[in-house]
Amino acid sequence: MSAAQWRKAMNFSATSRHWAGGRVVPPPAGRAATPASTPPAINGQRLWRHIGARHVVVLAAVLLYPWIVPPFFTFQIGGQALALGLIALSLTFLAGYGGMLSLAQMTVAGIAGYVVAILGESGTPQISLGWPWWLVVLFAIAAGTASATFIGWLSVRTEGIYTIMITLAIGVAFFYLAQQNYEIFNGFQGFQKVVPPVVLGVDWRSPVPYYYLVLFWALCGYFFVKYLIRAPFGVALQGVRDNARRMSALGFSPVAHRVAAYAVAGVIASIGGVLLVWYNGLISPGSVGTGWLINILIIAVLGGLRHPVGPFIGAVVFVLLQNFAIDLVDRERFNLVIGLIFLVIVLFSPDGLLGWWAWLRERAGRRLARSAVGGKDWRSVGVQQARPAGRS
Amino acid sequence: MTDASPAAQLATGNALELEGVTRAFGALRAIDDVSFAVAAGERRAVIGANGAGKTTLFNVITGDFPATAGRVRFFGEDVTAVPAYDRIRMGLRRTYQSSLLFRDLSVWDNLFLAVRGVARGRFAFRRPRGSHPSRAATEDLLERVRLQAVAQRPVSSLSHGQQRQLEIGMALAGAPRLILFDEPAAGLSPAERRELVALLSALPTHMGFILIEHDLDIALRVVQQVTVMHNGRVLKHGTPQQIESDAEVAAIYMGGGRH
Repeated sequence: MSAAQWRKAMNFSATSRHWAGGRVVPPPAGRAATPASTPPAINGQRLWRHIGARHVVVLAAVLLYPWIVPPFFTFQIGGQALALGLIALSLTFLAGYGGMLSLAQMTVAGIAGYVVAILGESGTPQISLGWPWWLVVLFAIAAGTASATFIGWLSVRTEGIYTIMITLAIGVAFFYLAQQNYEIFNGFQGFQKVVPPVVLGVDWRSPVPYYYLVLFWALCGYFFVKYLIRAPFGVALQGVRDNARRMSALGFSPVAHRVAAYAVAGVIASIGGVLLVWYNGLISPGSVGTGWLINILIIAVLGGLRHPVGPFIGAVVFVLLQNFAIDLVDRERFNLVIGLIFLVIVLFSPDGLLGWWAWLRERAGRRLARSAVGGKDWRSVGVQQARPAGRS
Repeated sequence: MTDASPAAQLATGNALELEGVTRAFGALRAIDDVSFAVAAGERRAVIGANGAGKTTLFNVITGDFPATAGRVRFFGEDVTAVPAYDRIRMGLRRTYQSSLLFRDLSVWDNLFLAVRGVARGRFAFRRPRGSHPSRAATEDLLERVRLQAVAQRPVSSLSHGQQRQLEIGMALAGAPRLILFDEPAAGLSPAERRELVALLSALPTHMGFILIEHDLDIALRVVQQVTVMHNGRVLKHGTPQQIESDAEVAAIYMGGGRH
């Protein structure tokens, strides 16, 4: 028997069709990117048990949001934050769970955006082909994913600072290509009037429909990542992040897993890119410039890399600052403000805003435990009583 | 899952053949022109003083480090240029001298990764259902290394002995044909050593292994052949009885320095 036959004989027979079940575990307080697994969800009921009050509150809040606030907040703040959050989510997935800090995620999103403009309709009919929107979107996501896979294939053999450098180089190269190529990318001007289609009688360009569209995809991305990180692929990816050599000694190919992670992140970033070009209504080299490459990193780190909700929190903060910091300082000083806030958050909480959240929860939990000791004045609580409740 | 039938058919010929294998780190030849064969199903100990090249030998066999020169054959197939993960999928397994585990993951996850690494669906996007064979295989491994009680605990909270057991459990995943144990008894209590000997002795007979062990009591009890290494070269082969009474080996162990 050859080794190949042996391998075939020893592989599990194909029952992998029947995979399902949700193992949703709240991440532990420590290095929470790698939550411990739990026994499987035998039935759907297990899933509901993990839904807490805060999930319901957040979901209700994001659903009701456009009915409470003016259209500016729905579109400019909500819509933009969710689209940017989706792109940053792809970086969170790559960096938080795969240990690969790619600066080219905005490039991937930008490629998808350019494809939307080139194949679809824009203010430059000499170049744009005017294909039907659904075909355009399919091609855009395919092109974005393919380029992400290519970027991954180029950069997975590097680590740490070198990954950052090579992905930055790719991003800058694409920026210059888009800026200097007039036949396809329309050079410096890019494409204007790239708008979402009118489908089912709904104008997806208007604030409320656009908000719900982007919210839908943001939720899809969030739950997809949350599910994937507990699936075999996700667990293996975290294994590769923690110790690639050991994974190799277990039969996993670290390079293949990393490239696959880039492809997965590419799908997320491409969807975000399509939504973002529809939000902006235009795409130009400035959309994929160095500034935006770094902004995506800032959004992801600001929110926190250890949970897929991080990039969305980061994006909301970023967009709010972007819109309102100019009330306080000059427009040109915006980078100073975002830089300072970034510095403060990174200095005081390496886990981003999520780290603060965890810290606040821990504090609140401790206070709750203390008040539960007797509900009396703290001075009347005996030392023996206070001690066990104080720490744990 | 480790049904003996296909494996038994294969338990003919040599599991491993090394031919002039050399591994150099700069000018240092950690192992130098090592040649020997391990029959299928054979259990062999590799002994030698610290720095004799035992662990490097393992690294070259598994592909953690490629050989500088020479050939490695695994069940007749030349694997010298085959990456480590492919050798593992062919049925080679190893443990590490200092436990290399995923410390933030649970015991269950560690074993699950080991099971998935040699199974189909390494890239599966869907979580395995309760009845999935990979889950059953994981439970089975847990039972074999007696870690059911701590299955959901993160590895970092385990005792040293438990971590060693887990390391062995991960090497037993799938259908190993040859396992390389790198000092599995290091740092274990006498009781844990007895358990280890029981575990090694209880492995199915078609499952060969190579064992690096300083503790000759353990090594000589569970193996049929012994290879003695010294300064990167093979000093001699023999049965445990021959090696135990060998004056040269005794001299190395007494004089050549465990320190």
